[in-house]
Amino acid sequence: MAKLVVRIPYLWLLAFFLVPFLIVLKISLSQTAIAQPPYVPLFDLAAGWPGLRNFFSALSLDNYVFLGSDPLYFLSYVKSLEIAAFSTVMLLLIGYPIAYAITRVPRRVQAVLVLLVILPFWTSFLIRIYAWMNILQHDGPLNQLLLALHIVREPPAWLSTTTAVYIGIVYSYLPFMVLPLYATLEKLDETLLEAAADLGCPRWKTFWLVTLPLSAPGVLAGALLCFIPIVGEFVIPDLLGGSRTSMIGQTIWTEFFANKDWPTASAVAVVLVCLLVTPIVVFQYQAMREAERA
Amino acid sequence: MPPAGSNRGFAKRGFAPWADPGLAPLLRIEGVSKRFGDFTAVDRLSLDIYQSEFFALLGPSGCGKTTLLRLIAGFERPSSGRILLDGVDVAPVPPHRRPVNMMFQSYALFPHLNVSANIAFGLKQEGLPKREIAERVAAMLALVKLENFGHRKPHQLSGGQRQRVALARSLVKRPRILLLDEPMAALDKKLRGETQFELMELQRRLGLTFIIVTHDQSEAMTLADRIAVMDGGNLVQVAPPAEIYEEPNSRWIADFVGEVNLFEGTVGADGLCVEGTALGRLRVAAKIDAEPGATVWVAVRPEKMRMTRNGPPPDRPTDMENTAPATVADIGYLGDLSIYRLRTDSGAPVQAAVANSGRSAEPAIGWDEKVRLSFPPEAAIVLRR
Repeated sequence: MAKLVVRIPYLWLLAFFLVPFLIVLKISLSQTAIAQPPYVPLFDLAAGWPGLRNFFSALSLDNYVFLGSDPLYFLSYVKSLEIAAFSTVMLLLIGYPIAYAITRVPRRVQAVLVLLVILPFWTSFLIRIYAWMNILQHDGPLNQLLLALHIVREPPAWLSTTTAVYIGIVYSYLPFMVLPLYATLEKLDETLLEAAADLGCPRWKTFWLVTLPLSAPGVLAGALLCFIPIVGEFVIPDLLGGSRTSMIGQTIWTEFFANKDWPTASAVAVVLVCLLVTPIVVFQYQAMREAERA
Repeated sequence: MPPAGSNRGFAKRGFAPWADPGLAPLLRIEGVSKRFGDFTAVDRLSLDIYQSEFFALLGPSGCGKTTLLRLIAGFERPSSGRILLDGVDVAPVPPHRRPVNMMFQSYALFPHLNVSANIAFGLKQEGLPKREIAERVAAMLALVKLENFGHRKPHQLSGGQRQRVALARSLVKRPRILLLDEPMAALDKKLRGETQFELMELQRRLGLTFIIVTHDQSEAMTLADRIAVMDGGNLVQVAPPAEIYEEPNSRWIADFVGEVNLFEGTVGADGLCVEGTALGRLRVAAKIDAEPGATVWVAVRPEKMRMTRNGPPPDRPTDMENTAPATVADIGYLGDLSIYRLRTDSGAPVQAAVANSGRSAEPAIGWDEKVRLSFPPEAAIVLRR
């Protein structure tokens, strides 16, 4: 009985992560067909051994070869990684000072500030992105403000630009950066900073020599927590970005729904998963080292 | 200051710079107060500490001893008063510019740096050449016997090793004063004893000034040239360990440092005895500095109490003063010592400590035995408050 309880989470992972992945992997090895579902071969146990052999012999890597032949996919991956990387850097630059500032105030106020960080989650993500569409539109509040402050003479176009995608991503993912950073910085032993001062280190230098290195696990956790989902982000570039900013999520969407090319879409998705496994492994390794230390 | 590792033997015997009125103190604390809101942690405290002194701040928790240490280090600023180092007010000097170093109770070793880098941290801040840093770190590692541990991270060390790294890190900059905040609190008893003697030896060899904060009186007595006993943000007594123990200036000190029996009474007409105590009339060795009839307390340390089975002690057969019949109520056997809790026939509780030196002619006094308690007049300490 106890063993069963332990195994339930594994069953969950098996049913909702591994099995879907295997299905997608299988589709990526199939060919398009005008049928329902729109690909062949189909997995059919009723056909017996010969059917199974035919099934496996019909699988091929053609779709992956196709991905390599069309630069569209490569550029889409590069664009996604580029946007994710720059967004993560921006999130770090904005999130770190926020997390650090939260740890500098009395405990009671800290709880309130952390609450404020997660407060946006209480509203639907989609609604918040629509709100940004409103803010960024031609006669929206942002342009009105810029005009009122005489920062610009002509209202610039924000929507359908990469800038808007960055704004949406940085805004949406900020809590995922701030929270792990706060968790690490909050644990930082104050006496270490005193020890550094005692040994002749001025405050600003203590930050570089002690605070920053000791918050590295938080930086890594926050960066991965943001980077990985941003690479596959679909809604934000779709709603705020233009046709020029095609991230990999949009490419998959187009292949699935516009082109009805499930096998190619699946191949794009499988490559994406493989790309993202690398940082996850790095993260796991770091987490294990942390656990060993503790 | 002698370089680290030089072997300048320091004559501890006869070392009493505080008794020399012509000598300027290394550290002078002048009427310093520190308030946190309504709470006064240190209250108009004045104190002089001299070059090469091993000075202990002893007191119960919350007495302000750690705050005083942090004021010297610069982590706290005095609400009023001055702290002078070599005659110069250090108020405007931030902690990172003060020529004092602190060994923290938690050691505060940098977890991301290895042992060598921890020790080198302070030297790097001075911008010393790499070769000199490496040499001084190596010398320090040798001094604390951790030559082979330079590449370990703090979490790979035992508690005792971590403590020595912390010590090395705070010593490597050759501070004018080394501040030690409960440096042995995290060590087990056996290791603590060894470390105390190592620390004493180190301080003598380096000739540095150490100020240690501790709540452990035996640690303070073992290590220090002078002890300042603190209570409620004030100094209660500042004196060498033997003086604190043998000549406490109040009942509070007598009770705080070691065990003590206290007998309340009034000064006799001749000024050499105390009348009306629980043991009757008690004779003391020196003339009491108080008017006859004034209320005083006679303090007697348990180890100076004697118990005999029959009559007065054999070495004073005619002396029938400072004595009372009593019954053993409890015995605590500590191995080296046995602590006897007795009740006199008049009902007063008395404690006596007997060294278990063995080879006693007669069997040890047991439970419920009737004995005669006594103490020589020289053992009596007369306290006026």
